[in-house]
Amino acid sequence: MSTETTTERPVSSANTSGVFRLMLKRFRRGDSGMIPIVIGLLVLGAYFQIRSSVFLSTGNLTNLMVQATIFVLLGIAEVWLLLLGEIDLSAGFNAGLAGAIATILVDQQFHWSWYFAVGLALIASTAFGALWGFLVIGLRLPSFIVTLAGQLGLEGLVLWIVDSQGTGGSISIHEPVLYNIVYGDFTPLFTIIFIVGTVLALSFSLIRKNASRASRNLESVPMPLMLLRIAGLVIGGGVLIWIFNSNRGKFTPIHGMPFAIMIVGVVLGGCTFIMNKTKPGRYIYAIGGNAEAARRAGIAVNRYRLMAFMMTGLISGIAGLVYVSNLNGISDSINGGTLVLYAVAAAVIGGTSLFGGRGKMVHALIGGVVIATIYNGMALIQLGAPQQYIATALVLLGAVTIDSLARRGSTIVK
Amino acid sequence: MEPTPESNNLTSSETRQSGPVGSGVDSSAPMLLSLRDITKSFGAVQALQHVDLDIPAGQVTALIGDNGAGKSTLIKTVSGIWAPTSGTMHWQGKEVHVHTPRDATHLGIATVYQDLALCDNLDIVQNMYLGREDTKVGLLDEISMELATTQTLKDLSVSTVKSVRQVVGSLSGGQRQAVAVARAVMRDSKLVILDEPTAALGVSQTAQVLDLIKTLSSRGIAVLVISHNLNDVFSVADRIAVMYLGTLVSHGPIANYDRNSAVEMITTGKSDRVAALASSN
Repeated sequence: MSTETTTERPVSSANTSGVFRLMLKRFRRGDSGMIPIVIGLLVLGAYFQIRSSVFLSTGNLTNLMVQATIFVLLGIAEVWLLLLGEIDLSAGFNAGLAGAIATILVDQQFHWSWYFAVGLALIASTAFGALWGFLVIGLRLPSFIVTLAGQLGLEGLVLWIVDSQGTGGSISIHEPVLYNIVYGDFTPLFTIIFIVGTVLALSFSLIRKNASRASRNLESVPMPLMLLRIAGLVIGGGVLIWIFNSNRGKFTPIHGMPFAIMIVGVVLGGCTFIMNKTKPGRYIYAIGGNAEAARRAGIAVNRYRLMAFMMTGLISGIAGLVYVSNLNGISDSINGGTLVLYAVAAAVIGGTSLFGGRGKMVHALIGGVVIATIYNGMALIQLGAPQQYIATALVLLGAVTIDSLARRGSTIVK
Repeated sequence: MEPTPESNNLTSSETRQSGPVGSGVDSSAPMLLSLRDITKSFGAVQALQHVDLDIPAGQVTALIGDNGAGKSTLIKTVSGIWAPTSGTMHWQGKEVHVHTPRDATHLGIATVYQDLALCDNLDIVQNMYLGREDTKVGLLDEISMELATTQTLKDLSVSTVKSVRQVVGSLSGGQRQAVAVARAVMRDSKLVILDEPTAALGVSQTAQVLDLIKTLSSRGIAVLVISHNLNDVFSVADRIAVMYLGTLVSHGPIANYDRNSAVEMITTGKSDRVAALASSN
C-alpha cells in the first residue's frame, strides 16, 4: 500500500512535462476541471472582440459580469439540488417572488426598512424551497414534477402580487439599498482590499494545505502546478481590479466593484466552503452518488435533502433581489421559466451532472459567465434573441458533448 | 449422537463437544453474539422461524443455504435493518435490542452488503469515513482521515490500491470489496458480516478477499460470511451454519461437515452425515 501510494507523488519533484502528464491524466479520468470550457470562453471572447471593439472594454466587462450575476446565483441554487440528482424548476419564479416582495415592501405604499423587506423576501423563497422539499421527500414525488407545478404556481403568485399593486403590471424601486445592489459600487480602495484579500486568503490556504500534506508524506500538488495556480489567482485578481477600478462612466466617472459582484462572491465562496469542508457538503455528494449507501452509513438523508431544497430557495431569493435591482423593479413580464433553464444550463455547461453526485458550485460561475458572454456579445454585434438562443443551445450541447467524451475513458459514467 | 433432523440438533451436539475436540471451538467460552428463538415474519410469510445461532469472536462463521432460505433476512435482523418479530439477542452476554443500523454499529456490528454500499463518486478516504468523518474545529480533517485510511489498508495487507484519493468508481471488484471491509474494520467492529463477498469476483480477486477474511479473524474479529461458494466456505470458515426454508437447520464447527453433507443440508435441510461427523468428533 504505502509503496504504491507513492507512485503519483514523485511528480512533485518533476518538471513541467510531468505536470502536463498529470493534467492529461486527470483529463482522461474525466476530472479535467473546467479547462475546455475556459478555453471555449476565451474563444468566444476573442470572437466578440474581433467583431466589436467595445467587448473587452472595462465598462462592458463590468456590465457582462453584472448580467452574469443572475445566471450564476440561480446556477448555484440549482447545483445544490443537481448534486442530489434533483432539480428546482421553480427557482426562476421563486427569485421573482422574492424580488417582488422586497420591491413592494420598500415601496411608497408600505415603507418597510430594506432589511425587513429583504429578510421577509428571503424567508418566503426559502419557505417555498422547503415546501418543495417536503413534497418531494415526504410524499416521494419527483422533484421535476413538484417544482414544475411550483413554477406554474409561483408564476401565478408573482403576477397576482405585482398586478394587484395597481401600477400597471410593473413596480419600480425607489429605495436606495435595493437599487444599489447592482448600481452601487464599492470605492476603488475597498475593491482592491477585497480582491487582494481574497487572492491572498485563497493562495495561503492552498499553500498551507499542500505544505501540511507534504509534511505528512501525503500526495501533494507539484510545485510548478502550485505556482501556476497561484499565478492564475494573482493574474485573475489583477485583471478584476483593473476592470472594476477603471473609469467606466461616460459623463461622470464610475469606479469600483458593483455590490452585486461581491454578493455573488460571498454566496459562491460560502457554498463552496460548505461543500468542500463540512459534513453536510460531504453528505450531499454522498447522497447524490448513492443515497442508499449514505443512509446505511447513518446519514440522515432526508434532513440533508431538505437542507438542499431550502438552500436552493434561499439562493434563488438572493438572485431575485439582484434581478429586481438590475431591472430597477419588477414587472409581470418576468420570464422565470427561461431564467431557470439558463441556470440549469449554466451549471451543466460548467460541468455539473444532472444525475447527482458530480458537480461544483464554481461550475455555475463559469457557465453563467459563458451564457452572459453570449448574451452580451451577441447584443454588441447586433444579433437578436433568435441568434442568442441558438448560440446558447450550441454551447450547451458542445459543453456536454466534450464532457461526455472526456468522461468516456473513466469508469464513472455520470 | 442420534441423527435428529430437528432444528436444534446441532445446538445440542455442540453442548456435548465442550472438550478439546480439535475443532478450534471452545463453546464454553461466552459467545460474542447469541441469537435465541429469532422469528421474523412479513405479514403471513415467516421468513425466519426460531433461529438459534452463536457467533464466537475471532472465528469465521459461514452462513450457507439456498436462495430464499432466510440468510439475508437473518443478517438484516442482526444488523438492525429491521427488528425481529420475536426472540432475543445477546451481545457479549448481555441482552440487546437492535432496531436500527445505528444500534448495530454502536455495538460493533458492521455489515458489508453485496452491493457494498459505496459511493462511486467519492474517493476511498471519503467512503471509509462516510457518516463518521474526523473533524477539526468543525471542519473535515482530510489529512488525519487519509493517514488512517492508508494505515488501515496497510494493516489488512490491501496492496493493490494505487491511491486512497482514487474515486471508488474506478476500482476493481476486489478492491471495492476490500474498501468496504476495511471500512467495517476501521469502525472498531467486533463482528463483520459479509454478504456474498466473492460472488462477482475472479479467481485472484477472490483469493484476495479470502485472505482479507483470514486477516480479520486473526485480529480477533468475528466474521459472519454468507456464501454460495463451498470452496470459499471450506477454505476460510471455522464454523458453518446452514439455513433451510427459514430455519437454522444445523450449525457447528467446520470439522462436523464435509462438502457432501453441506450440499445435502442446503438442499434438503438435513443430513445424516453431519450428525455422524459431529458425534465422531
